[in-house]
Amino acid sequence: MAQTKRDLLIDPLVDNNPITLQVLGICSALAVTSSLQVAFVMALAVTAVTGFSSMFISVLRNQIPGSIRIIVQMVIIASLVIIVDQVLKAYAYDVSKTLSVFVGLIITNCIVMGRAEAFAMKNPPIDSFIDGVGNGLGYGALLLVVGSIRELFGAGSLFGVSILPTVNNGGWYVPNGMLLLPPSAFFIIGLLIWAVRAWKPEQVEEREYKIQVVEGH
Amino acid sequence: MSDVSNQNKGPIARFLAAPPDSVGKTVFIAVSLCLVASMIVSAVSVALRPMQEQNKLKDKQANVLQVAGLYEDGMDVIEGFSVFEPQVLELATGTFTDQFDPATFDDRAAAADPELSARLTDDPAGIGRQAKFVTVYLLRNNDGSLDKVILPIHGYGLWSTLYGFIALEENGNDIFGLQFYDHGETPGLGAEIDNPRWKALWNGKRLSDDDGTLQITVAKAAPPAGAEHHVDALAGATLTSVGVDNLVRFWMGEAGFAPFLENLKAGEI
Repeated sequence: MAQTKRDLLIDPLVDNNPITLQVLGICSALAVTSSLQVAFVMALAVTAVTGFSSMFISVLRNQIPGSIRIIVQMVIIASLVIIVDQVLKAYAYDVSKTLSVFVGLIITNCIVMGRAEAFAMKNPPIDSFIDGVGNGLGYGALLLVVGSIRELFGAGSLFGVSILPTVNNGGWYVPNGMLLLPPSAFFIIGLLIWAVRAWKPEQVEEREYKIQVVEGH
Repeated sequence: MSDVSNQNKGPIARFLAAPPDSVGKTVFIAVSLCLVASMIVSAVSVALRPMQEQNKLKDKQANVLQVAGLYEDGMDVIEGFSVFEPQVLELATGTFTDQFDPATFDDRAAAADPELSARLTDDPAGIGRQAKFVTVYLLRNNDGSLDKVILPIHGYGLWSTLYGFIALEENGNDIFGLQFYDHGETPGLGAEIDNPRWKALWNGKRLSDDDGTLQITVAKAAPPAGAEHHVDALAGATLTSVGVDNLVRFWMGEAGFAPFLENLKAGEI
């Protein structure tokens, strides 16, 4: 692998973004993006978990028996997630109240497992850590974009600060309630994937089928 | 997790050099990883527990202060909370009991304890079991007369159980405020129960009419009993509104605080 450490960190932000290119981690991206603050904390939590889980798995990679490697990875990831959850409850109680179950669900986030299995099992600890952090940030960047769209047009605010005063609070903006429901994130992520692939056409996958051209009769 | 790097010789090194897929090593890795992971997790959990409980308590106390209209941003919650007089109330008789210490009595644990709670047959609030004892908070004027009572209420909304407080004036009929401190309703729709404008609607409403019939309701249109018993339902959150309606009527009714409110009106508190 000729990737420098910088590439490991920067690549997953756009060129190899876990959500837009690999289309992983969609489920939690739907759930936690209805407000920006929650998305932000979730992004930090996932970054911490992918970074450290990749690092620990990489440290152990030569000792992990192939037959139970997924379980070993899960134990490490799950322990880290519990620690993150406990720390949030102690130091950021209000946010942990809104995130509630979603912190626990980082365990099932495909990005974390994906990096452990695809990268950390084959690479040294520091590279793995950087790769994990990079992918966490790539996931986080997308969460923040989706979160700002949803919160701004769904609730008229950003980070809870009112930007477009809503009718409910005596302003003029009629919020788009659909944006606060999970399906809207599907549309937004779909449009973002479209936009990114229009900007970087090399991300477009090759078709698995070929339209046959019938020549003459 | 640093047991990987070790000396070159000896049984440990030989063990490490063994192929990872051997049965012995697989079992060893599985067991030791679980042990290490569980120790770290429990250590973190134990170390942070006091802080988490402090946070929970503070959050609840801040909510009691808010519902009583005493909360200011950045205030010292613990100190501000000391103006309240907590009491453990026996619901069935509507009188205070000194069986429990109000400082340590845990309402939620009591609701799950078979000794201290009962399964509800008529359960409009969707709570399953109801505790026989609850913690209420009294706010007194300087001369010792009662100013407000803060009563805990909870019940099912659309997705989650809503936990909150209702603050009543000393006559036991006028609502000062209502507020939920724990719920999982949809942000922007059901979670608008946290909207200050909606919460303000409760101020000045009356629970019962002059005949003593419970009339308070959360609904789209004002009921025949009149606007003073009506709180406008939330647009786009019908089921949450119905949940709030049910739980307020349940807790203010015979199965809830009605005996206590009777005593309050009779001036026996």
